[in-house]
Amino acid sequence: MNPLSRPARVYIAAVLLVAVTAAAGVVHTRPDLSTLLLIGVLFAVLDPLSTVSLGRGITLSASFPVSLAAAILLGPCGAALVSLGSLAWQPARPPWPKRVFNAAELAVAAAAAGAVYRALGGEAVLRAADFPMVLPVVALAALAHSAVNAGLVAGVLRLAEGVPLRRGLRSTLSSGLAGYLLYGLFGLLMAVLWSSPVGAFAALLVLLPLLVARWAFEQYAAEREAYERTVRALVATVEAKDPYTRGHSERVALGVELIGRQVGLPEQRTELLRFAGMLHDMGKVGVRTALLRKGGGLSGAEFAEIAQHPGRGVEMVRDIAFLHEALSGIAHHHERLDGRGYPDGLAGEQIPYFARVIAVADAFDAMTTTRAYRRARGISEAIGELRDGAGTQFEPALVEAFVAAVGAHGWEPGEAIAQIPVGPVLFDHDDPVGAGERG
Amino acid sequence: MVDRPAVAAAFLAFIAIGELVRLRLPGDREAAPIGAAGALAYCLLPQIGSSPARHSPAQVVLVTALGMVLGVLPHVWVGRGPGVLYVLRRLVVIGTAAVVFRPMAGHRVGPLLAAAMVAVVIGVAALDAVLAALVRARQLRAPLRPALRDEFAGVLGIGSAIGATGMLIALAVGVMNLWAIPVFCAPLLLTQFSIRRFTAIRATYRQTVRSLSRTTELGGYTPPGHARRVSDLSLAVGRELGLGEADLLDLEYAALMHDLGQLSLDVPMHGGATIYVDPGEQRRLAEEGAKVVRATGVPAAVAEIVERQAEPYRRPHEAIDPTLPIGARILKVANAFDDLAGDAPERDAALSALERLRHGMAYDYDPRVIEVLSGVVGRGG
Repeated sequence: MNPLSRPARVYIAAVLLVAVTAAAGVVHTRPDLSTLLLIGVLFAVLDPLSTVSLGRGITLSASFPVSLAAAILLGPCGAALVSLGSLAWQPARPPWPKRVFNAAELAVAAAAAGAVYRALGGEAVLRAADFPMVLPVVALAALAHSAVNAGLVAGVLRLAEGVPLRRGLRSTLSSGLAGYLLYGLFGLLMAVLWSSPVGAFAALLVLLPLLVARWAFEQYAAEREAYERTVRALVATVEAKDPYTRGHSERVALGVELIGRQVGLPEQRTELLRFAGMLHDMGKVGVRTALLRKGGGLSGAEFAEIAQHPGRGVEMVRDIAFLHEALSGIAHHHERLDGRGYPDGLAGEQIPYFARVIAVADAFDAMTTTRAYRRARGISEAIGELRDGAGTQFEPALVEAFVAAVGAHGWEPGEAIAQIPVGPVLFDHDDPVGAGERG
Repeated sequence: MVDRPAVAAAFLAFIAIGELVRLRLPGDREAAPIGAAGALAYCLLPQIGSSPARHSPAQVVLVTALGMVLGVLPHVWVGRGPGVLYVLRRLVVIGTAAVVFRPMAGHRVGPLLAAAMVAVVIGVAALDAVLAALVRARQLRAPLRPALRDEFAGVLGIGSAIGATGMLIALAVGVMNLWAIPVFCAPLLLTQFSIRRFTAIRATYRQTVRSLSRTTELGGYTPPGHARRVSDLSLAVGRELGLGEADLLDLEYAALMHDLGQLSLDVPMHGGATIYVDPGEQRRLAEEGAKVVRATGVPAAVAEIVERQAEPYRRPHEAIDPTLPIGARILKVANAFDDLAGDAPERDAALSALERLRHGMAYDYDPRVIEVLSGVVGRGG
């Protein structure tokens, strides 16, 4: 949010004004002081904990449930005051405008949730008779919280960073609905027990599973990251056998990810596709290094050896259970739409979807990097080649998806290797043009 | 007589469903967090609505046992049911909790009762960890101490969430009747979901390292199955030597990746057995391997094991280097044994391999490791 535009500053000030006004209402509503204090402290302690993403668009915040519990127990004004209280202590010391906006924005959202809850007849002290009728009321209050939160955040993104309103709204709303209902439930649980004889202690018990879940997700995220690094490093080690293909797998992984997003594959499949792209050439470790670096034409036997690499790759990674669908993608990434590819000469729809995707990114990267016998082609030239091959070698829709994605996100070709041995030639197992000249 | 059959039935159903959605934790542990929390809640239940709950400890055990059996049956049906020991352990734990807590359950709900609940929950969690460690140590032929440490570490995570949820439900049933059961499961479901994902990525990670460790084999650098066998042997030895789970995982990764350094060679060396190469080259390959491992996301300890796998256990006239990780010593022995004995060692080959290792024992190989390895090999595992 650096340097803030005037409208953005005015906007933040306005949100703060609303928040403070709502909070000031406690003078009239007079919520229970000890509850206000305890919840305030709880919120302030949990608020600085970062939000953890659970994947599939769900995020996990430790302080939102407290905010919703405040809305139930203290009503709109008390809830707003609790959120504003977090202004006092932020160990990470974010810049002031951000700090003020976040607190004020949450205060307004909490106030809205409290107002909805009370307007629909929700009580501060809940009894057995209130169930199950109170459940939908709490759900609506949680939704109000999420809607106001999303709206205010989208507004500030629009004014401070020029993010279109609709995109801002969509990204904050879609990432949170399920999470919010969960927060609502947690808030309800805390509120229920808070007003029972056991009091605040039981409320802490609600947070324990939440914090354990949060901790497990952090572990999960760390493990995932380590996993990615491990796969990358191992792939890079195999690639190191041939300097001309350095970074190839990683770029293919990026390429297939771009295609996956462009054609709107679900998140999980895109992810899988990425790993397939990353691992598609692992079988090359079984091909003699000399053959990989060979600049000249290949004999039939030599070609046969190279043609084994997809199968060997599959053999290697077959035991990785989650790759299941990706395996066929690795096995058939050198098939062609017209049936003239290898290893099985599959054609058209027979070729697994992942294989068709990988083929496009694979060929494109091969063309745009320097190989043993030729310089790299330019991006636009390579795109031309892809289009020429559409329908015979590549699936046209995937080529267009790739071209569109590269147009939108750009493409960083592999770095050029200075020394290029000159030689006539003519086979590159990844290069569609080179492959055509195989004689 | 069964006190309040409807409530008992509700908890029974709850426990059964919890067993049904059980999961496996890292380290191949059985766990049914929701079922366990349900049983705990029934055991701690002070009141239902506003009238006191009077069920006996025996009733708690009965309801838990029936619920578990119902929930476990479908798993047994598809052939992946938990062991009998697991079911017994859970019943002993819940029985103990019930015998201790039920007599107190009639007291007024308040801070005192809550404190008693916390004490009981912590006590039985410890009991559960001890029992689990005993069983595990016996099954894996491992010493008790590391097993205890691993089990107690588990209690801190999912265990605390189970305990908290059990208490919550017990208390909440007093306020909102049986509605508390489904509603208060939500936090634990979230915990279970997150732990499931963690376990899944752990498993994938292991499968991947196991698979990719075969690159050296496919490239013709090492004999087929070498990395896998060395890793299995190292694990068996490490477990008996009392390594904890985290250390064992490091050792496993190191053993799987210990030959990656050979990928730096343009032409595979004969047979890929590092034992026949001179020490200087052995060390160079180990360093190359460590370089690769360091670039991966595995813990730094793994790279250290790989890097120091070629170091002798001790040098003539020098004291034993205390910084040489136990993992590196184990890996060195397991690797040499597999180089010598090879695939599917027949008894003679194994014996002569052990014999040769013993000759090098004074300096190259840790005698304690060789001793344990002999036991492992002798048992045929």
